[in-house]
Amino acid sequence: MQRETVLNAVIALALLAVPLWAWGADQPYVITLATKVAILALAGVGLNLVLGLGGLVSLGHAAFFGIGGYAMGILASHAQSYTPILTAPFVIEGSKSMPVIWLVAMMAGALAAFVIGLLSLRTTGAYFIMVTLAFGQMFYYFAISWPAYGGEDGLSIYVRNGFAGLNTLDPIQFFAISYGLLGLGLLLSSRLAHAPFGMALSGARQNSARVQSVGIDVFRVRLVAFTLSGAITGLAGALYGDLNRFVSPTMLSWQTSGEIMVFVILGGVGRLFGPVVGAALFILLEQVLGGLSEYWHIYLGALLLLVVLFARGGLIGILAGREVAHD
Amino acid sequence: MTEPVLETRDLCKSFGALTASDAISLTLNEGEIHALIGPNGAGKSTLIRQIAGELTPDRGSILFLGQDVTRLGVVARARMGLGRTFQISALAMDFTVLQNVVLGALGARGEVFRFWRPVLKDKALRATALEALERVGLVEQAAMRTAEISHGQRRQLEVAVALTLRPRAFLMDEPMAGLGAGGSRRLTGFLDGLRAQAPILLVEHDMDAVFALADRISVLDYGRLIATGTVEHIRAHPEVRRAYLGDEALP
Repeated sequence: MQRETVLNAVIALALLAVPLWAWGADQPYVITLATKVAILALAGVGLNLVLGLGGLVSLGHAAFFGIGGYAMGILASHAQSYTPILTAPFVIEGSKSMPVIWLVAMMAGALAAFVIGLLSLRTTGAYFIMVTLAFGQMFYYFAISWPAYGGEDGLSIYVRNGFAGLNTLDPIQFFAISYGLLGLGLLLSSRLAHAPFGMALSGARQNSARVQSVGIDVFRVRLVAFTLSGAITGLAGALYGDLNRFVSPTMLSWQTSGEIMVFVILGGVGRLFGPVVGAALFILLEQVLGGLSEYWHIYLGALLLLVVLFARGGLIGILAGREVAHD
Repeated sequence: MTEPVLETRDLCKSFGALTASDAISLTLNEGEIHALIGPNGAGKSTLIRQIAGELTPDRGSILFLGQDVTRLGVVARARMGLGRTFQISALAMDFTVLQNVVLGALGARGEVFRFWRPVLKDKALRATALEALERVGLVEQAAMRTAEISHGQRRQLEVAVALTLRPRAFLMDEPMAGLGAGGSRRLTGFLDGLRAQAPILLVEHDMDAVFALADRISVLDYGRLIATGTVEHIRAHPEVRRAYLGDEALP
């Protein structure tokens, strides 16, 4: 077996073992942290699809994360106040059911990504970064100035949304849900990377002229990838909102986009488990260094700099070596 | 006479004050190698890029398989069967040699939006890819990373990728560039046999290869087509000698 496969299995088990231990030791806070890692990692899995495989540096993924969050918040807040979201021309009720919320969050994330992608994927390089950033900021300011759903103050929900047969307020059960969805996200992204679509997307990153000249429309491939990425990050946003029982415009801010990108870079751009390791490291640093100093981001910045300068494959790259070409 | 596979009619393209293509009309017929020569900056690459669909001409039209493709993009023309190789190798460097040809075979088949089954487990794609590698003699390198093979091998790989498209016409931009004498001779022999499969529009600086291969030669100078004809005709053409070949004895 390849070294990276073994490493990935170890990481997956560790992310399962820590909350299980915490459950036994009655440490709900640790379970919540592990849940946060799983959810943020899922957001990173979404970004990694376009950033790692596709080479598209999107600084607007907070938009999808936040849209997923607000999809949850809006559906849940209507459900808890028993007011329909829409009465005319037809009635749309709110919902407290997680699967319904996930589906809506993914569709909303996908739709936003499709529209943003349609406009931004015509550009490349720094322009692409700027266009995605600009769209992200548009959603941020929109959320701030939209009083119906809390505006700047955000939107609280009283009870976590439900999932048939589970008590979602029990930390370990909510962790299991998040962990399961992260697993599905990882499974999809590993299958996709070796499928025809992944080959076209990765080929376009390496040499888009080559891919075009064999008759594959690079723009369409990238647009589909971007849309899929938006759906995955949107799902993560809905879970994140549920974890905190609160959504706010902060989820949509460009700092959030930056943080999701930091997970991917710390863990290893384009590596399957990169976002998982990156998100875990980020939360760990936040807990350890954040306890020492309010300005812990300085250390994070230094670490990021080291990774970018000396370890392009991120933590996964350090531990598993350079990615081997699959055959 | 049957109609040409590929044809340009009065193709014009300017960049500011520079006229890169000045009313260029040429044809590529079934079974032939048509070489395009000219000094550096004569507009060969600009012409190739217009034919491939990367650049839109200011005026004139391009016909491929009897259809006006002037407004079609690179992808549509590739799908119609225009197999292109690049002057500077355009390959996916992180991919293995095999992956590069499989990518070509995948493009030719056109089922890109498949998200689940591993592409390298697809027997039909693999077979097409390996056959192309075998034809250019790269089977032994199949599992190597493209970044690790030699320059000459990359030139061969470029041709192999074009082969997977089963093209109706080849567009080759300096396939011999940077090859040693041995490699050049090998590729010349290979292209010689390839013309039976599909005609080749060949841009090349290696005059030995051009004179050995070409059925017809067109000479570009300052964006203008100054002559088209057989090897003998071009060798004897006074304007060509002055513009390009120099007045010294020709090979």
